[in-house]
Amino acid sequence: MSTRGITLYLHVHQPLRVREYSVFDTALDHNYYVEPDTQSDRNNEKIFRKVADKSYLPMNALLQKLLDTQPDFKVSLSITGTFLEQAEQWAPDVIASFQKMVKTGRVEIVAETYYHSLAFFYSLPEFERQVEQHRLKIKELFNVEPQVFRNTELAYNDNLAQWADKQGYTGILAEGWDLILDWRSPNYVYQPEGTENISLLMKNYRLSDDLAFRFSNKEWQEWPLTVDKYTEWATASIADQPLINLFMDYETFGEHQWEATGIFDFFEDFVGRWLANPDNTFYTASGAIEANKPVGTISMPSTVTWADAERDLTAWTGNAMQQEALGYLYALEKDILRTNDQALIDDWRRLQTSDHAYYMCTKWFTDGDVHAYFSPYDSPYDAFLYYLNVIRDLRWRLHETHKTGGLRG
Amino acid sequence: MLGWELPPHNSGGLGVACYHLSKAMAIQGASIDFVVPYAAEHESIDFMDIHSATDLSPLERYGMGAYDSKFALEHADEDFGDLKDIRGVQRQYTRFVEGFVKKKSFDAIHAHDWLTMEAGIRAKQLTDAPLVVHVHATEYDRAGGNYGNPIVHEIEYQGLMVADRILAVSEITRQIIIDKYDIPADKVEVMHNAIDTASFDDGYEYDRRTYRYLEELRNEGFTVISTITRFTIQKGLEYLIRATAKASEKYDRIVLLLAGDGEQRDELIELASELGISDKVFFTGFVRGKQWRDAYSVSDVFVLSSVSEPFGLTALEAAHHDNAVIVTKQSGVGEVLHSIFKYDFWDIDRLADQIVGIATSEALQSSLKQNIAQEYARVSWNDIAKRCMDVYKSTARPKLQVAA
Repeated sequence: MSTRGITLYLHVHQPLRVREYSVFDTALDHNYYVEPDTQSDRNNEKIFRKVADKSYLPMNALLQKLLDTQPDFKVSLSITGTFLEQAEQWAPDVIASFQKMVKTGRVEIVAETYYHSLAFFYSLPEFERQVEQHRLKIKELFNVEPQVFRNTELAYNDNLAQWADKQGYTGILAEGWDLILDWRSPNYVYQPEGTENISLLMKNYRLSDDLAFRFSNKEWQEWPLTVDKYTEWATASIADQPLINLFMDYETFGEHQWEATGIFDFFEDFVGRWLANPDNTFYTASGAIEANKPVGTISMPSTVTWADAERDLTAWTGNAMQQEALGYLYALEKDILRTNDQALIDDWRRLQTSDHAYYMCTKWFTDGDVHAYFSPYDSPYDAFLYYLNVIRDLRWRLHETHKTGGLRG
Repeated sequence: MLGWELPPHNSGGLGVACYHLSKAMAIQGASIDFVVPYAAEHESIDFMDIHSATDLSPLERYGMGAYDSKFALEHADEDFGDLKDIRGVQRQYTRFVEGFVKKKSFDAIHAHDWLTMEAGIRAKQLTDAPLVVHVHATEYDRAGGNYGNPIVHEIEYQGLMVADRILAVSEITRQIIIDKYDIPADKVEVMHNAIDTASFDDGYEYDRRTYRYLEELRNEGFTVISTITRFTIQKGLEYLIRATAKASEKYDRIVLLLAGDGEQRDELIELASELGISDKVFFTGFVRGKQWRDAYSVSDVFVLSSVSEPFGLTALEAAHHDNAVIVTKQSGVGEVLHSIFKYDFWDIDRLADQIVGIATSEALQSSLKQNIAQEYARVSWNDIAKRCMDVYKSTARPKLQVAA
């Protein structure tokens, strides 16, 4: 019998936010992403440096310490290309600290799209190009080949699993959503519907979200969350089951939950406590799959994500503005790619980052506060207008530089 | 004269009209004391004496009260003592006028809109000088055709009742005063606004780069429809967007420039998106200076879409910048223009037809532009000032002999 273990998977990402790009910039100024105001929440450098100090550097230091002191500690990371580009520019020490961790052999890098996009749902060829671009970037920086795939926002369906299976990935990640699992537990390895070799790891969202969302919430009846309590819950959850898949944003540590909440100390103590029991271990995503055969087949014909109460894509594509914006963006694909103008292609791909659409989300009600926290704009409407103006400017550049026959495309 | 704003401290057209009227009357020989509710310099005004009724800055005196009924009775957080809401400012304004009219004598009291009507009534009581109430907008207009704020409505009613003469900026407004406020018809006369074309001769040259994307669309044969306004329910912009969507179904090469800002903005963005025409609608935000002038210049067709518009000076400004003009039948400016299209504010089918017609017929568009050019400046502020002086004379008390 295999040892029971935690699959800790952290998602590392920063979008390249669009500045307040007005009608009066359109067709004149092609700078979309560099906000000159150094105090603005749309200044990507300011945000990146802030999060590096609050989260990436201290958390990497902690992860490194755990790797050095706990031989059984392991972690999996997905790191977007959009993040890596910014880190290379503004915080090379962050890259270096990730590289050092990966060298231990106990940190697995997970595959995804370079631009943190929803391209799978709009253009399969473009999606594949971005996955390949990400693979090359990871190879360049970390000299590893990802074996397990995760899609942006954990947006998953059977078609995606079948695609990943054909690509030769050994595993794929998804939300362990009750409506899909029904009576089943997320604490096993499954096989996606219609696949040959690939395995599916599903997020234990209760235990994951206890840390990611609830840890510092004083309204929560379990606050403050102690290591004792959390260890007890984890132990109860895994009794006679092999896995706990803790999937969350990396920025949970230090950014979503500030250092003052005690999240770093909590995490360090919990890892120590967990591994103090000889029956317990940590797995990388690949390790969990190697150690456990699938116990059954899971089918998700409709797309499931890890977001919101609905666990669907409505936070990104739910309203008319988002649908229009993404429609206009992907309508440019052929013309943009034909130009071979790398600067133009990069700018177009940066607009595919799902965060842009997320900022246009208007469902303020049950999930409203989460969205408000993550938006650098006054309102979803402002986010939409700036974005639309950038799309117009892309058309302008196509027309002006590459003679595509007019702004109508 | 009792007013609420003068350029450059105005929030909208009220201050512009007061400025041009006063200036033209001063040229006719009138001596004018103009009371404003704030303290500020008016460097370009040397033709009359300006008096400040309070020490408030122009930003603190609830300028929007002239345009939006919602602002009328909203309390602000700032503590201005008795001046903490617009009613407080009005009380102080009235107290100031009471003191002021005791020191000097006048042939006429000329009060502009509801904000100064109470002061006008007190001035008349104290001096027995005739009260001329000049109506640029009623509460009925500001509330988008609804009853609006009952207190504001009542103040307007009192002012209109006590007035010796009432000047309405259009026949539409005159009818509202007669119908909605029960004022005898013979007490109300129409005094249209005018455009001072000289004020546009400041060396302005259209800069094609300001709206470069739109200029390129024009090169590709697109017609730019525009409006420049506050985004409030009074302005009927929802109908304009719906008509644009409808027109696009018949003829795709049109775009809509919405210059301005206001509480309805988010709703309008959402509406354009629901209709699937976000790509055709350009939101500029609040525009002034060059961006404001260039918005008129980049435009081919200007639409004044108001649900209820006492006058609508922007239509004349658009005509001055070589636009074809479409106005609602509920807009007073339609009374002084002939070479325009008119529609009922709710009639999006008709507006869509008119837009498509102008956009698809070069001949129609150019004849509208040429003909309106002969019409829009026909009435001048000088003409209006002359008529205004006649009104003063007709209301003069025989026993009073007071120098202007």
